[in-house]
Amino acid sequence: MSATGIGASVKRLEDIRFITGKGRYVDDVNRPGQAFAYFLRSPHAHATIDKIDASEALKAPGVVAIFTGDDIAADKVGGLICGWMIHSKDGSPMQAGAHPALAQGKVRYVGDHVAVVIADTYAQARDAGEQIVVDYTPLPAVVDPAKAAEADQAQVHDAAPNNTCFNWHLGDKAATEAAFAAAAHVTKLDLVNNRLIPNAMEPRAAVGDYDSGTDTITLYTTSQNPHVARLVLSAFIGLAPEHKLRVIAPDVGGGFGSKIFIYAEETVCAWAAKKIDRPVKWTADRTEAFLSDAHGRDHVTHAELALDASGRMTGVRVHTIANMGSYLSTFASSVPTYLYAPLLSGQYDIPAIYAEVDAVYTTTAPVDAYRGAGRPEATFVIERLVELAARETGRDPAEFRRQNFVTQFPHQTPVIMAYDVGDYAQALDKALALADYKGVGARKAASAAKGKLRGVGFSAFIEACGIAPSAAVGSLGAGVGLWESAEVRVNPIGTVEILTGSHSHGQSHETTFAQLVSDRLGIPIGNVSIVHGDTDKVQMGMGTYGSRSGAVGMSAIVKALDKIEAKAKKVAGHVLEASDQDIEFKDGKFTVKGTDKSIDFGSVALQAYVAHKFNGQELEPGLKESAFWDPTNFTFPAGVHICEVEIDPETGVVKVDRYTAVDDFGKLINPMVVHGQVHGGIAQGIGQALLEGAVYNDDGQLLTASYMDYCMPRADNLPSFTIDTIETPCPSNPLGIKGCGEAGAIASPPAVINAITDALGHEDVTMPATPQVVWRATQKAPLKRAAE
Amino acid sequence: MVHVSMTVNGRNVSAEIDPRTLLVQFLRDTLRLTGTHVGCDTSQCGACTVHVDGAAIKSCTTLAISCNGSTVTTIEGLAKAGKLHPMQQAFQDNHGLQCGFCTPGMIMASVDMVNRCGPDLDEATIRHELEGNICRCTGYHNIVRSVAQGAREMGAAATAQAAE
Amino acid sequence: MYAFEYHRPTTLAGALADLENADAKPLAGGQTLLPTMKQRLASPSALVELSGVPELSGIARDGDAVVIGAMTRHIDVAQSPVVAGAIPALAALAGGIGDPQVRNRGTLGGSLANNDPAADYPGAALALGATIVTDRRRIAAEDYFTGLFETALEPGELITKVSFPIPQKAAYVKFPSPASRYALVGVFVAKTADGVRVAVTGSGESGVFRVDSFETALSANFSPSALDGLSVPADGLNSDLHADADYRAHLIGVLAKRAVAAAG
Repeated sequence: MSATGIGASVKRLEDIRFITGKGRYVDDVNRPGQAFAYFLRSPHAHATIDKIDASEALKAPGVVAIFTGDDIAADKVGGLICGWMIHSKDGSPMQAGAHPALAQGKVRYVGDHVAVVIADTYAQARDAGEQIVVDYTPLPAVVDPAKAAEADQAQVHDAAPNNTCFNWHLGDKAATEAAFAAAAHVTKLDLVNNRLIPNAMEPRAAVGDYDSGTDTITLYTTSQNPHVARLVLSAFIGLAPEHKLRVIAPDVGGGFGSKIFIYAEETVCAWAAKKIDRPVKWTADRTEAFLSDAHGRDHVTHAELALDASGRMTGVRVHTIANMGSYLSTFASSVPTYLYAPLLSGQYDIPAIYAEVDAVYTTTAPVDAYRGAGRPEATFVIERLVELAARETGRDPAEFRRQNFVTQFPHQTPVIMAYDVGDYAQALDKALALADYKGVGARKAASAAKGKLRGVGFSAFIEACGIAPSAAVGSLGAGVGLWESAEVRVNPIGTVEILTGSHSHGQSHETTFAQLVSDRLGIPIGNVSIVHGDTDKVQMGMGTYGSRSGAVGMSAIVKALDKIEAKAKKVAGHVLEASDQDIEFKDGKFTVKGTDKSIDFGSVALQAYVAHKFNGQELEPGLKESAFWDPTNFTFPAGVHICEVEIDPETGVVKVDRYTAVDDFGKLINPMVVHGQVHGGIAQGIGQALLEGAVYNDDGQLLTASYMDYCMPRADNLPSFTIDTIETPCPSNPLGIKGCGEAGAIASPPAVINAITDALGHEDVTMPATPQVVWRATQKAPLKRAAE
Repeated sequence: MVHVSMTVNGRNVSAEIDPRTLLVQFLRDTLRLTGTHVGCDTSQCGACTVHVDGAAIKSCTTLAISCNGSTVTTIEGLAKAGKLHPMQQAFQDNHGLQCGFCTPGMIMASVDMVNRCGPDLDEATIRHELEGNICRCTGYHNIVRSVAQGAREMGAAATAQAAE
Repeated sequence: MYAFEYHRPTTLAGALADLENADAKPLAGGQTLLPTMKQRLASPSALVELSGVPELSGIARDGDAVVIGAMTRHIDVAQSPVVAGAIPALAALAGGIGDPQVRNRGTLGGSLANNDPAADYPGAALALGATIVTDRRRIAAEDYFTGLFETALEPGELITKVSFPIPQKAAYVKFPSPASRYALVGVFVAKTADGVRVAVTGSGESGVFRVDSFETALSANFSPSALDGLSVPADGLNSDLHADADYRAHLIGVLAKRAVAAAG
């Protein structure tokens, strides 16, 4: 392994600009003559808009224009879309209400977009916005997803009776019923997967810039997938044809899913820039981010697990109500369906699974993918069930899991997924050792002696990522293919530019992708640059989410590098006067087999461009190749996380004392980066378990609309983590890698809650397990367990 | 409008500004020093942290005019003569950043932490002293290691300087 | 933020003259005022910057009291050898306000004038029996805190310094709100020659308050066990997202014991 090759913890190349203040985020972009947009937002959760009077506001200093839903409609700007069609059990398509970029006739959540004010300065736009008079007729709010479909609730969309988007199911109902009928033991749980607000530290921002000379709109936006944004803004919203619409996502300050989606604000900035022929800039303040970024999770679930007398899991039955919020966001419908129920088998060999999901509308912000997207919800269900089943039947939670692990691969679950490879017991053993599981009893006693409660909790997670085979997701309702593209441009002196459809907003692609290229071509890593995030530079790509940039994005680079090598061998063959079949390529050198005749990579590149040594009609000059990689399967990272908590029963404060994670991500490109991804994911999962929760009151006002009330994990909320990996190479991509971006957030919430419930001796704890929640839970007597 | 002048990263700057201009707006919009970021409205995330007269403050919660006559250091002014500050180097060495958005504030707060608390910082102290800065990417694990290294090296550099 | 005029007086007299305008507000550290103005929840017509007024700064021992200028920053109180020697609990309290960046700008006078019910200083002022000194009079802490964000200050009246009597023992224990880190409950316990005073911040519907039953018990026996069986009623305590009144009432008892133990 070279110092900068695959498997090395190479320090990040992109860091220099970030640590010196030279990162370039959207809010750092300033265009000549730019005006600023302020969005007037609904103060009501649900209301009809009876009249908008902007006459005074239009006279305010600096105001350039004020637009409302009427203007959007007049210009035939299309509504925001959801790109995944789900069909209900009865075969009917999901009911999606219209989602205009500026509200038309009705507002459906606090923060919904009523008008945009564009002025010379942001302060002027905001000042003027306060002078717009809007007559609303308030309607009842619909806040509780568990009640949203009831007959007495107000209707959010006329198109969706009973506020129901779809009633979907997956699995074999009859087989599952039979498994439960024959069960020796059934474990039942009611769970709420708390609603979260993603909170990338960079708020969303957009700059629309129109060039009337070329009739081209350029949109700078905080996007994880600029090509998808262009596709939607062009083909569906209709702002401009794709070749007249350039989308640039420069440095982006974190996404976690929330910047996948195509939002109203960026749509309006791009549209308005052309309308007023002047650049239009908008940057969310944090309150706007809380109100209008797509939220995550928000499931209400009843789940059951059937066991036979020997402790084998025989069936899982789940009913979930998923809150979609007020409108269907870009990929919202896929999250509680195909990203959720197919993971309900966990790491276990379970013959029968049946899941029903009712998706409902409420008058809250749209809900869509947030780090893990569906898989954390599934993992929470199965890992809470499994832990409780072990407790109820007097089994050790680790050994109970081991007894039920899938051990033969490939393994077809009853819910779509075909697990390709894994070694769950190996991860478990390593985690047990690292966590000093044998010492738990002594540590519990030591805590008890101090008047504290100690508990340990497991989470043996699996997830499906590296999304995804295009034909497969197409058959499940996706409106897009989920391949990735890459282009390798070798310059005449042998430096290399990689143009990728993946987008890095923290994932370290500029380093890890360069490691791959440096390793493969035998060139210094400093001779490789990674270009991404600009639709004018990079051919169509699908972007970064679903832990796909390694498994799919890098595989596309590998495929393009294969073509580069093949072409370069031909050039080298001409230069070295040998058949390309006889050329070997190793460590940056092309050598004629069995001879000492060789030429280095840079010289071949030069020869490819000068084209002196071959017939340009038979072999094209140049050295540039592109490729599209369409995966044949998901990747299935899995692992075992063990959390140990200590609770102060007097205050309810939970301290995460130890956190151990052993994950299988297949081959690692850069262990330092992989560990960093795991750290961040675990922190978000601990945040979900202990700290974070979006709360709307009965009127639909968001009570957690700032960092004063929405609790972000801070350094002193978290321990240092004990992280390790095992390696079963993924067979479905050339690098043997599996996605690592979401695993921490998927695995950790049940580990934390299982630890807390272990400490308390009962299951009656909700997320987030804040001090108040836990203190109250300490007032309840522990259950008598089978083991006791 | 009011007249403000201050020293920013060793350069004397002055401008006529609206009194309501926040220091961060002055830095970003007037001086185009965009390394200082805004991540919240309630003075909690710390992405806007800069040094005013040697002390870390939140530039989103400080009026530019209040800094009239002051000496301001931003992330752009931390490296000297093309050499990274030990704290900057430590963040790279320890993978103390991912998306980079909170990083300038983290680094400025960390330098201030060492100035106040000294170069020998244990984990609990570092975590406690980072109370005013929020990161969403790293889980703080590698930030803690970065600050510890940066602190040690700041201490060593100060010792070496004193010996000269 | 709405537009305002800006004044930067260099004398106390100048500051008072600038504050005669009823819509003017003093800018002390700005750590609460500026976020409030940014969210357009406050719109003073003028801000009077006090950092240029030398009479308002400084920390000094004055007989049996520590006198701290209104514009003294939290960090200066936290790091002051005078405060640490005389009232270490006060230094510790100041060192726990907000976060390091906030402590580098926030001031004692600003905190007391704002009287945020979740602020820390009101607990110290009330428990220690501090005197709030203004440009025109001396106000006992008892009389100073009059309600949520309400004080006895008259329009245009400016805190110049605060005199904290030195107790025999004292400690402050804060239970921070998980999100904001402001005090969800803060209990300041002070043992003085005249008895024990217990002040609770972060909890009361009307702001900081004293707990008579705790004071009586602790005056007889200054130990945590003296509070066994005692509690404060939940009536009159705040309920919010992070803590309802029952939980706050419970925490007050827990923290009071911990404060007594910490005071030694």
